[in-house]
Amino acid sequence: MNKYSFSLMGANLVALPSGALWWPERGILCVSDMHLGKSDRIARRRGSMLPPYEVRDTLTRLEAAIVDTKPQTIVCLGDSFDDLNAQISLQDSEVQWITRLQAGRSWVWIEGNHDPGPIEFGGTHLAEFNEGPLRFCHIATPAGRGEISGHYHPKTSIKAKDRTISRPSFLVDDQRVIMPAFGTFTGGLRDSATPLQALMSETAIAVLTGTRTTVVPMQRH
Amino acid sequence: MTLPAPFENWFATKGWSIHPHQQDMLNAADDPSVLLIAPTGGGKTLAGFLPSLIDLAETPHDGLHTLYVSPLKALAADIKRNLTTPVTEMGLSIRIEDRTGDTTYTQKRKQRADPPHILLTTPESLALLTSYEDAPRIFKGIKRIVIDEIHALAESKRGDQLMLALARLQSLEPGLRRVGLSATVEDPQAIAHLMAHHPDPTHIVHADPGPDPDITMLWTEELPPWSGGGAKYSIPAVINEVKKHNTTLIFHNTRAQAELFFHNLWLANTENLPIAIHHGSLDRAQRQKVEAGMVAGQLRAIVCTGTLDLGIDWGDVDLIIQIGAPKNVKRLVQRIGRANHRYNAPSKAILVPANRFEVVECVAALAAVKERKLDGDPRVRGPRDVLCQHILISASSAPFSADALYAEIISCGAYSDLTRTEFDDCLDFCATGGYALRAYDKWQRLQLRDDGLWHLRDPRTAQRIRMNVGTIQDTDTLKVRLRGRAGGKPLGEIEEGFAATLTQGDTFLIGGQIVRYEGLREMTVQVSRRADKTPKIATFMGTKFATSTQLSHRILEMFQAADWPDLPPHTADWLDLQRNVSKLPEHGRFLVESFPYNGKAHTAIYGFAGRNAQQTLGLLITKRMEELGLDPLGFLATDYATLIWGLEPVSNAATLLDPKKLRQGFDEWLAGNAVMKRTFKASAIISGLIERNSPQARKSGRQATFSSDILYETLLKYDPDHLLMQITREEALRGLVDFSRIEEMFARNGNRFDHIVRDRVTPLATPLMLEVGRIPVAGAAQDRLLAEAAAELMENSGLANIET
Repeated sequence: MNKYSFSLMGANLVALPSGALWWPERGILCVSDMHLGKSDRIARRRGSMLPPYEVRDTLTRLEAAIVDTKPQTIVCLGDSFDDLNAQISLQDSEVQWITRLQAGRSWVWIEGNHDPGPIEFGGTHLAEFNEGPLRFCHIATPAGRGEISGHYHPKTSIKAKDRTISRPSFLVDDQRVIMPAFGTFTGGLRDSATPLQALMSETAIAVLTGTRTTVVPMQRH
Repeated sequence: MTLPAPFENWFATKGWSIHPHQQDMLNAADDPSVLLIAPTGGGKTLAGFLPSLIDLAETPHDGLHTLYVSPLKALAADIKRNLTTPVTEMGLSIRIEDRTGDTTYTQKRKQRADPPHILLTTPESLALLTSYEDAPRIFKGIKRIVIDEIHALAESKRGDQLMLALARLQSLEPGLRRVGLSATVEDPQAIAHLMAHHPDPTHIVHADPGPDPDITMLWTEELPPWSGGGAKYSIPAVINEVKKHNTTLIFHNTRAQAELFFHNLWLANTENLPIAIHHGSLDRAQRQKVEAGMVAGQLRAIVCTGTLDLGIDWGDVDLIIQIGAPKNVKRLVQRIGRANHRYNAPSKAILVPANRFEVVECVAALAAVKERKLDGDPRVRGPRDVLCQHILISASSAPFSADALYAEIISCGAYSDLTRTEFDDCLDFCATGGYALRAYDKWQRLQLRDDGLWHLRDPRTAQRIRMNVGTIQDTDTLKVRLRGRAGGKPLGEIEEGFAATLTQGDTFLIGGQIVRYEGLREMTVQVSRRADKTPKIATFMGTKFATSTQLSHRILEMFQAADWPDLPPHTADWLDLQRNVSKLPEHGRFLVESFPYNGKAHTAIYGFAGRNAQQTLGLLITKRMEELGLDPLGFLATDYATLIWGLEPVSNAATLLDPKKLRQGFDEWLAGNAVMKRTFKASAIISGLIERNSPQARKSGRQATFSSDILYETLLKYDPDHLLMQITREEALRGLVDFSRIEEMFARNGNRFDHIVRDRVTPLATPLMLEVGRIPVAGAAQDRLLAEAAAELMENSGLANIET
């Protein structure tokens, strides 16, 4: 089970091991919380200079997902940039790289709390994006139905024999999907955290990312 | 120099006369650097302070005159008490204050504004002081520095940090004189080199080493257990010894063992003898209470760890009990020095082996002490992560010139052969991050300005730099409080990793009490006193020392004896049994034993190379097993063996122990393993790449932070030659990896080995089975386990039938 296929409100979706979500019928590839430019923002604000390679690492993985699925549409679910200074944060080569990835397909930028406004890249800038039965937005709403969102960077831990294995994960129930963060420099929030427990139903599952996907029932409290 | 009259009189009223080495130190008062080697109890501290006290008594002095640095906060407080006595009795007007992590904020501010004559502090607090803008004013006129227990500081990066800070002070006040006080060590020249202000020499003064200690191993009716470090069996005998002596110090190698022993000691303490516990994870108020009780002579015994290891001179200690094998003869000799602080009286000590293997270790250590054979590792070049931190500290104090800073740094012994290129690389790392990709030109942390000096780009970063001063690697700890009104009574700290394993209702030991975990509130562990279950043991990250090469060799020699008259029968019988069912390890060959246990295939490899090298061997061999499809799950290392477990049994040991195969791909292996990531994290914190103390970040939970492993992997992929990767490799090779002892082991054993396959645990492997510190292997077996565990969870939840 390299990928995990499931259906949400009649839409057949595939959770990829990389943390991207693929909707073959509509040719939509969705990624969330890339936080591009994070190391630059940390240097600007705090003076720590982390390895400045996270943009190219995230884009390399995004490009691999695009090559793999050949989507017509890319939906970035918000917090695509760590702040609105993307153009000054990113190297010229990285800006060109994004432009190259955008060529020949439509691209939707959903606003996130880190990038709450138009960014200086081509594509459509939306607060949310509706397609068929699904609604793509940054932060899940309690009443949402068929909702694909990000924001929380969920991760799931599994106790296996003598160790605990922890991975970024998709949280899936019959109403919504909460996506893992796709960016290289992003931490995670345990799926046992209160907001995630409140949003997900009793029968929710967690799909762990990694070299292959792993499906477990979501931890409940 | 002769003793001035008031001092002469004071000595006389005490009925003392000055010791020869105290006089030698007085005569050497004007030397730029003096090192005193003396056993504990030789009036070492007074020898170090006499020149300062005399100078202060005879010449009025404004501001700081003498700085005293010790490795322990407790030592600073203790010295303050001991110095205050003669100063008061002689009626000298000398102000003495201490300054450590425990000093209040108000007191610290006062000290900066108006420094005392004598300031007692730790390397970290001193480094912090040098980072302030007003450092030149604080240290104005300083004449002397006394470094106590310098042998302990010399063993770690704290010593390097201290010497860099001294270089700074020496630039501020070129006349500064240095005094080092050391316990008996194997190589005084190495410490002399470390503490000198190069190229000035250090003058070494030796005190009379005193009589041989009276040291024995405890023989009990009760048999020591096969494994474990608790030594619970010895408790009646230990209580008996405590009753026979005034004050007994009971040393343990780890805090967890101290907690457990203390708990069991009290269960057996029917006479309610006043016995206390003291270790670094206890709440400060609690530690101070114990210290005060000791000074007042109210305690009959103190269960303690390395926190009391150094020359604290309290009360009437007349017996040292060491629980667990001492691992290192030098440390043992220094611990024994705690008992009987009267000069020229032998110290009394009893070794208590915690299990049968340790019986062998203790007997080997006794033989070494008798022959006065100390052990030690040669010191290495000054680590560059500490240097990076020093550069940032300098920048926080004032803009600096690179030339002047370089000149200052190479005046430290450990950095005297640092090249200018190496220095420039460190400076570049501090300024720009030092990446091949020049991404931070706009946001450089340090900027070279038109005045030719390096400035902090944003002066506010000084605050962040100060919060990260220090080289001690604390694991993340959480405070423990009793649940109740007003925040509850603080008890101490436990490791975050341990806290994560607790669920409500679990119990654990802290400060000798069993407490019940109730929950986590604002990063504080809330507990209650409802203790109705067997406690889990709080785990503390204590330094684990590797058994020295000398001791390991002595043990192998003992194994070769035909019989063991020096060993108690229970241990001799155990070795006999091992000889019958398997073999005893011998010089020049590996012993490999394979057996099933608990559903997994186990293999023990006895190399006697010390804990770190055995750990590296574990990493190398599990990698080989991964290649051979043996699905290793994990391993653990002790000082004498590596135990590996996996899903498939090992049938051909030769393929695992081929040194050529093991060396092949060593680099690739080294880059990918967990030890490197752990080492990287430590160096990344010390060098200022990532921050240690960010209370806000910790409170906000984990969402904002991400693991240093990601940084390591990113650098490995995109910038493998980065300075921090070089440092990590260097550190790992000599520290956790200890590759030199692996090479020594292969030189000793070649590929000669005996492979014994048994259907159950062998006598010699028994102690390994309960060792802690298991290291998981994240290979193919991990995915196999994850898939199995996930399938089971889905099955149990019933979700497996709903999906698909």
